[in-house]
Amino acid sequence: MFTQQLINGLTLGGVYALIALGYTMVYGILELINFAHGEIYMLGAYLGIIFLAFFTAIGLTAYSLPLALVLTFVLSVIFCSAYGFTIEKIAYKPLRNAPRLSPLISAIGVSIFLQNYVMLTQGATDKIFPNLFEKAGIEFIGTRVTYTQIFIIAASAVLMLFLNLFITKTRMGKAMRAVAQDKVMASLVGININTVISATFVIGSGLAAVAGLMVAVYYGLVNYSIGYTAGIKAFTAAVLGGIGSIPGAMVGGILLGLIESFSAAYISSEYKDAYAFIILIIILFVKPSGLFGKTQEEKV
Amino acid sequence: MLELNDIHTFYGPIEALKGITLKVNQGEIVCLIGNNGAGKSTTLMTISGILKPKAGTISFIGSNISDMPAHSIVEMGISHVPEGRRIFSRLTVKENLEMGGYVKFKIKSSKLKIQLEKVYEMFSVLKEREKQLGGTLSGGEQQMLAISRALMSEPKLLLLDEPSLGLAPIIVSRIFKAIKEINEEGVTILLVEQNAHAALNLSDRGYVLENGRIKMHGKGKELLNSEEVKKAYLGE
Repeated sequence: MFTQQLINGLTLGGVYALIALGYTMVYGILELINFAHGEIYMLGAYLGIIFLAFFTAIGLTAYSLPLALVLTFVLSVIFCSAYGFTIEKIAYKPLRNAPRLSPLISAIGVSIFLQNYVMLTQGATDKIFPNLFEKAGIEFIGTRVTYTQIFIIAASAVLMLFLNLFITKTRMGKAMRAVAQDKVMASLVGININTVISATFVIGSGLAAVAGLMVAVYYGLVNYSIGYTAGIKAFTAAVLGGIGSIPGAMVGGILLGLIESFSAAYISSEYKDAYAFIILIIILFVKPSGLFGKTQEEKV
Repeated sequence: MLELNDIHTFYGPIEALKGITLKVNQGEIVCLIGNNGAGKSTTLMTISGILKPKAGTISFIGSNISDMPAHSIVEMGISHVPEGRRIFSRLTVKENLEMGGYVKFKIKSSKLKIQLEKVYEMFSVLKEREKQLGGTLSGGEQQMLAISRALMSEPKLLLLDEPSLGLAPIIVSRIFKAIKEINEEGVTILLVEQNAHAALNLSDRGYVLENGRIKMHGKGKELLNSEEVKKAYLGE
């Protein structure tokens, strides 16, 4: 039972972490809680169903399932990144110099819009994601681990590794960190702030798309409102790790997944959704800046 | 090289610059002196495009830069060391310098390495601290890093805002010596200083700012000997 819950927790945690990264990256750069981020995750799941259905219709799925899946992932990521890019340009950029509450309200507006847009175009009922892998899996220390679970854990780990390399090693990644620390100084060394902000939204949305698609594969069910709960949970994970901190979002996400999975198994599954928030309240009491939160100390 | 023509800059409703006209020629060191709030830093921030002038034009080597975004102005060859140094405190010393060369170099390119060695030559302490976070440096080291970071983009014009602020006298003379060396290598310098004596001594020409206007200007030595400047800014 323990190993089973561990695997379940890691699967869930990987998904939370991927979404939480989008929250934390945007917050790090704009100090904005992007409440529309959960909807990007939901769009990722829907786009996955649409593209997969399309590939099935043209016979590609029958010809090669892995190829169809890879294309589905790639296209969903591209579409969601385009959504993220556009949302920033339309809903946040014009409010860049407005009081901080304005972009926050704009974000909630985008979230409501996207939910209703999907509900109207796709219907309010659950959509079924085709069961691709049956319940196939492997035995692992007396526990059954499905291929989907292995895939989710591995994909999350690889994506987080790449993101870390990107942020620490590349020119754009370093520029992102510079912009997060001091926008004026970043402009003074010649960094185009708008490009960096767009890149942040594109990357964050891409990660959320992957998370959405993986959850669609995992649970097999998709609904226009799934972005809300997942968004709030991932936001909790980001705060747990220390909002603005990228390693914080990774650890926070995985921790949250494990907490949920273990407490649902050992305490009571009725309160499954409440444990995350209980932990959040405790963390906010004990260490308000989160586990990896930055202490605001700067030498003058 | 750089010409400001009747520049008016506002902070909201407050007019901080009320018609600044000044000129910096190729190869010169020019300083702006004046009391707190005279508009010295605002002038520099307007040149580098962080603040936009409401009226007036700024031209740099023949092109009008008053409407350009800040990052394009850096590409034109103007580098700005702002007041308070503004080191990226959670980036390492080397990363700070890499960001300084953002418009010129790719990370890990051999050209970047050559440029890094060039700035390390001037301030060798930065090489020793290469892997340390910028925020852990002392004030003097941070100023050296700030100047080196600005030099990474190989600017034609360097804007320096209060490089001596809050530093020990021995470090100040070190920084001023470095400024002179940078100038001798062909970089034109526009310097803002509270330390009027040292600044005027170093400069070819100087402008005195008061309440957002140019009050007087002249050769560095002339201003040093002017009774008005002595009384108001040199405390003699």
